Amino acid sequence: MDILEMSAVELGRKIKAREIGALEAAEAALAQIRALEPVLNCYVAVDEEGARRQAAEVQKKIDGGMQCGPLAGVPMAVKDNMCLEGMPATCSSKILENFVPPYTAEAVKKLVEGGAVVLGKTNMDEFAMGSTTETSAFGVTKNPWDPERVPGGSSGGSCAAVAANECFYALGSDTGGSIRQPSSFCGVAGIKPTYGTVSRYGLIAYGSSLDQIGPIARSVGDCAAVLEEIAFHDAKDSTSVRRRDCDFTSALVDDVKGMRIGIPQDYLGEGLDDEVRSAVLAAAKALEEKGAVVEEFGLSLVEYAIPAYYVIASAEASSNLSRFDGVKYGYRAKGYEGLHGMYKKSRSEGFGEEVKRRIMLGSFVLSSGYYDAYYLKALRTKALVKQAFDKAFAGYDVILGPAAPSTAPRLGELLSDPLKMYLGDIYTIAANLAGLPAMSVPCGRDSKGLPIGLQLIGDCFKEKNIIRAGYAYECTRNYEMPGLAKRQAAEPGRWEVR
Amino acid sequence: MANVITDETIEYVGILAKLELSREEKEAAKQDMGRMLDYIDKLNELDTSGVEPMSHVILADNVFREDVVVNGDAREGMLKNAPKQKDGAFMVPKTVE
Repeated sequence: MDILEMSAVELGRKIKAREIGALEAAEAALAQIRALEPVLNCYVAVDEEGARRQAAEVQKKIDGGMQCGPLAGVPMAVKDNMCLEGMPATCSSKILENFVPPYTAEAVKKLVEGGAVVLGKTNMDEFAMGSTTETSAFGVTKNPWDPERVPGGSSGGSCAAVAANECFYALGSDTGGSIRQPSSFCGVAGIKPTYGTVSRYGLIAYGSSLDQIGPIARSVGDCAAVLEEIAFHDAKDSTSVRRRDCDFTSALVDDVKGMRIGIPQDYLGEGLDDEVRSAVLAAAKALEEKGAVVEEFGLSLVEYAIPAYYVIASAEASSNLSRFDGVKYGYRAKGYEGLHGMYKKSRSEGFGEEVKRRIMLGSFVLSSGYYDAYYLKALRTKALVKQAFDKAFAGYDVILGPAAPSTAPRLGELLSDPLKMYLGDIYTIAANLAGLPAMSVPCGRDSKGLPIGLQLIGDCFKEKNIIRAGYAYECTRNYEMPGLAKRQAAEPGRWEVR
Repeated sequence: MANVITDETIEYVGILAKLELSREEKEAAKQDMGRMLDYIDKLNELDTSGVEPMSHVILADNVFREDVVVNGDAREGMLKNAPKQKDGAFMVPKTVE
């Protein structure tokens, strides 16, 4: 089997057993990156030298018989909103173009300590605001299944890189669906853990009460292995939760007998593509045939989650992004008058359109006179959404539905209509409001050949339920790889920029 | 559009957001915000009387720690990112006459 097509866990095992060299794995991934980046643009920055250096270090440890993690030597990628000491962290924004963080995000640090080889930083929607990776200041990322289409977003670079075999797994972040929706569009697996499971220290904040870092990989097993490495209590993140049940790989059991699975009727109604519906229901059927008890139910409040989300996320964004003022880091405009002039000009020139739109909306809903009507109203709605899920999880172990209403749209299709783009988050957003763990698992393709994602949502701290269901489902099918992800290095120049 | 955003409102929000918008950007922002608020007004269909606003789902308590420095001196690394610096400090335009 080609190295590039191995799972992260399998490659880690072979590196540990010294059947494959860490450097050999890194070179294979780097060659794939060189071959495909002119077409796909998954990465904002690739650190070839650093990757080789890390691989050599890991190899030395393995050769010396030192204790290494299960993913030691496995090349991976990090979304560009996470800090890595000495490597630029841009959030795909002009305002952070030259920012080189002096410290490393805690989640990334855990992986690096375990021997991860970081290939580079992946492209994203600017400050994670968007669903297509088109709002990036550093160019659009293309979908490996069809470069005329978007990879989804905001973790589009991470998901496309995983699908294109340009890395073995990646970290993403999910505020309203930013791991699950692009995972669905790119045909890979991605988990947003329970809020508080992975430290946000070193993650450049968007909506702090909603943001969570999570793994993206080509299988549920790989996702569980990565999550196991990055989940821990961190005193540097005041929202970090103390958990004792982070042995997620123990849930990789092909057995769903008696598992109660609920499908919200609200997730199957108007607006859902017919082919997506069929694929999702077929996946539910497959789980039922394995012994799960599957039924439909009414979740309620689904249509209120999006407006509540945009109020809360924009409000938090307007506050979080006030730190970008051209004083301590990032872009500073030229030719301004006074301190306030400098703030305003730097921010206006540094931020893109979608970011400004959300900062404006957030500033408005927090302003006196509107705070109660919009912000508090949204927080009350959030409480009701949480109650609806509590009720649902009294009857079900897992909630099953689509990750997105459609497969990947064409480039530019959603960018022109923000509201339409926001509506695409309808099935993912509620899990962020309620803090729930949720994942997307590939469940077939539509007639255009584009991947469809199955979403599994669990109750707080019940990742193991969705991992078990996702794994059991995955065992019924083979992983599908886009044709373009086949090793390209043998034919250099085949994928030139068009 | 039910929500009509006035020039004054956009001006005021621009001040709060510390953004300087061009005339075209202001017009677009008025339209965008009006449309978004129309959509957000859907929340008014919900009766939320007696429902406590929920900021955090998982944690209810504040987290405290001793006020001691635990990280090392990162001054050099921090200053490296400064658009302008002088004598180990960030340089900004003159703010007091």
